[in-house]
Amino acid sequence: MMLFIEQLINGLQLGTMLFLMASGLTLVFGVMGLINLAHGSFYMVGAYATALATATTGSFLVGLASGIAVAAAVGALVELIVIRRLYHRPHLDQVLATFALILIFSEGTRWLFGSSPLWLNPPSQLAGSVTLPGGLRYPIYRLVIIAVGITVAVGMYLLITRTRLGMRIRAGESDREMIGALGVNIARLYTLVFALGAALAGLAGAMVGALQSVQVGMGEPVLILAFVVIVIGGIGSIKGALYGAILVGVVDTLGRVFLPAFFRQFMSPSEAAGVGSAIAAMLIYIMMAAILAFKPKGLFAANE
Amino acid sequence: MNKSDTSTLAPQPGLPTPAASWHDRKGLVQIGLLAVLLLAPLAAYFLGHIYYVNLASRITLIAMAAVGLNLAIGYGGMVSFGHAAYFGLGGYIAGISAYHAFDFTPVIGWPLTVPGSDSMLAIWLAAIVLCGLLALAIGAISLRTTGVYFIMITLAFAQMMYYFANSWPTYGGEDGLPIFLRNSLPLVDTNDALTFFLICFGGLVLSLALTARIMKSRFGAALTMARLNDTRLATAGIAPYPVRLVAFVISAMITGLAGALYADLNGFVSPTMLSWHMSGELMVIVILGGVGRLYGPLAGALLFVMMEMLLGGLTEYWQLFLGLVLLFVVLFAKHGVMGWLAGRERHD
Amino acid sequence: MTDAVLSLANLNKRFGALQATRDVSLDLRPNEIHALIGPNGAGKSTLIGQIAGGIKPDSGSIALTGRDITALSVAQRARLGLGRSFQVSSLAEPLSVKRNVMIAVQALQGHSFRFWKPVHRDESLLAPALEALERMQLLHRADTPVAELSHGERRQVEVACALALKPRALLLDEPMAGLGPEGTARLTELLEALKHEVPILLIEHDMDAVFRLADRISVLVAGSVIAHGDSAAIRANPQVREAYLGD
Repeated sequence: MMLFIEQLINGLQLGTMLFLMASGLTLVFGVMGLINLAHGSFYMVGAYATALATATTGSFLVGLASGIAVAAAVGALVELIVIRRLYHRPHLDQVLATFALILIFSEGTRWLFGSSPLWLNPPSQLAGSVTLPGGLRYPIYRLVIIAVGITVAVGMYLLITRTRLGMRIRAGESDREMIGALGVNIARLYTLVFALGAALAGLAGAMVGALQSVQVGMGEPVLILAFVVIVIGGIGSIKGALYGAILVGVVDTLGRVFLPAFFRQFMSPSEAAGVGSAIAAMLIYIMMAAILAFKPKGLFAANE
Repeated sequence: MNKSDTSTLAPQPGLPTPAASWHDRKGLVQIGLLAVLLLAPLAAYFLGHIYYVNLASRITLIAMAAVGLNLAIGYGGMVSFGHAAYFGLGGYIAGISAYHAFDFTPVIGWPLTVPGSDSMLAIWLAAIVLCGLLALAIGAISLRTTGVYFIMITLAFAQMMYYFANSWPTYGGEDGLPIFLRNSLPLVDTNDALTFFLICFGGLVLSLALTARIMKSRFGAALTMARLNDTRLATAGIAPYPVRLVAFVISAMITGLAGALYADLNGFVSPTMLSWHMSGELMVIVILGGVGRLYGPLAGALLFVMMEMLLGGLTEYWQLFLGLVLLFVVLFAKHGVMGWLAGRERHD
Repeated sequence: MTDAVLSLANLNKRFGALQATRDVSLDLRPNEIHALIGPNGAGKSTLIGQIAGGIKPDSGSIALTGRDITALSVAQRARLGLGRSFQVSSLAEPLSVKRNVMIAVQALQGHSFRFWKPVHRDESLLAPALEALERMQLLHRADTPVAELSHGERRQVEVACALALKPRALLLDEPMAGLGPEGTARLTELLEALKHEVPILLIEHDMDAVFRLADRISVLVAGSVIAHGDSAAIRANPQVREAYLGD
């Protein structure tokens, strides 16, 4: 039971990180109609910038702020130079151009910083564990990640429902022509939205980088998971991204822990480990296929 | 419809002849591409440079895989971001079959015994059939969706295969599976580099001919209409879904066969063949060559591998430059190498 | 009623709070042009969608030559003989006129899963396509890409595509829209001749054409058929004058 709760929280933590990635992706798709494979690169950029700034200044918080800022700046730059040429292009062109950006970012980073991972540790104040009600010991840093994720989710909600920017985003989602007619500077709005998405990805990369390691290619597995999330949630829907992220985070985490155990009941331990982990690795994709088979536009389809 | 290209130089009776010189030029470019691909390794072989013969085999097989993908993307308008699934499955079929043939153990012991085999003919048949079945299942679900959803769901299915191969320990997991002895064919020595190249070349020519033929047929006409305007197709009384699904399956079969040969070329198969980078590279090759151009995949594969070789010789970060070239092509040179070499495509 | 080629019975369709189609019943008989008119927003598009199969009605039924087609797909209805043209041209732009029509012939023959024989040498596809184009006086444009056609010519190609299906009933959605006076006159003449071959349900804005062509007229307002009759009766109907003609 304790194991289950612990893994549930782990799943929640993965889910909140996925939400940070997925919300940017889905926002960019919802507002600009753009599919951006290079989103994982901002995750990586955020992590690298945080690791470097933390190593220089010795403060994780300063590092984190720099990571977010650098990711946002790189995002804005990429939008200005490349992405804005792609808005009216077919999805195929968008996929290829952003695939090209991944190659450029990954190899460029490898060139500058080498192939070996950089080290980034969580700040010492957050290093220990706390005892949760029920007696479970759980690392503070992971709880902080969850808290940050929830804060961002609430922030996004407020941003979209309460602010002028949010109003424009919503207008852009429902009618791209309309918003131009309203006299909103679309070009600037698009750059802003794109940079916001990049900043969130950078934040996610920095937080997770301190947990795992900071290296080239770190954004790719997360990117694919984030795609699964937004497809499940309905592309363009922030709410869908939230539910999808938590669903994927929890199912993936629990599957990896409990499926091998499940198969051990009627298989030899080594077989069970093999079959269990293989199926666990496929679990979220099976879930996605099942959801799309019934709801081809995801759970909370926007733009309908 | 006639996205497909004829290499006939003479204008055909009954057809309009838009720019006869254009026909000539395209025909020449196509013959030239095939000739380079065939003659270069022949020369290399007799000069004793086996490395270049194998390089030509590699170009040929990547081109063939991309010919399959081009049928889906270029002719069918189905932007599959998961063709590595079929390429890799083909590769694993070659690897697994050889592994069991080497071991004298059955591939499947129950409910019926399927023995391993080191016969390429058996492996090719298995690759075509199983990749077709996989594509039938994946396509049946994916083609219910459109646009970005289709791109994403095909990607996700390929990732599913990738992670499965990665964590299934029997066949090497993430380390992959070696093929110690290249699989065999009756009468010829497949270990001879040139012989193997010629087998691959035959596969490529066959898949090009098949694609050309299909696209000129009634099925090709329906597929073209499904891509250009599926409402028109449905209004005419032809449901687009089965047309697309069949094209998707044929496309996967071609890519899967190329994958089986590719594993034999390398003597090795690993989850890398299933990875999304592989899917991306195949797409890149199709785009570099020119989407929906019959010989586009060949031109794209030549360019891609040449760039890899030349840039890769200069810097280990050659993919950075690949990215820049690709970005340039997508943003500014939309018609690819074939558009540049052979002029714009025209329908009759 | 029994000899109706196409009949709609008590169709209803609701989108949220909007009742787009309200208890619509009408039929199309042999040798006639039955015009469906109504102001913008009257629910014509929704009704056409339900007849053609793109939109499923909430209740009611549609029958083609006595057979219930309510549950069938767009393609299935087309195969049973429901030809249609679109309000917005729906042709494949890069392809030649001939190729666009040939797809319909191919569909009629029912052999789309043939992978070998080249279509450009297939007389069984080409001849009927050219015949349909000839009927629409478009033979000289057979090899022209649709993208190079004028607006009016595209409308004619649309009708030719529908004709090539050898339809039992023809559904034409504003075929006159955007045509000049000359084009309208020519199309009017063509439809007049055509109706004895295949009855036409005509949705049209051009009231002159409607009053000249239609044997019967139904008026759709706010999702319901409010009036029904021949030209003279509709012209005289006070309800129609109020709701539609605006006096």
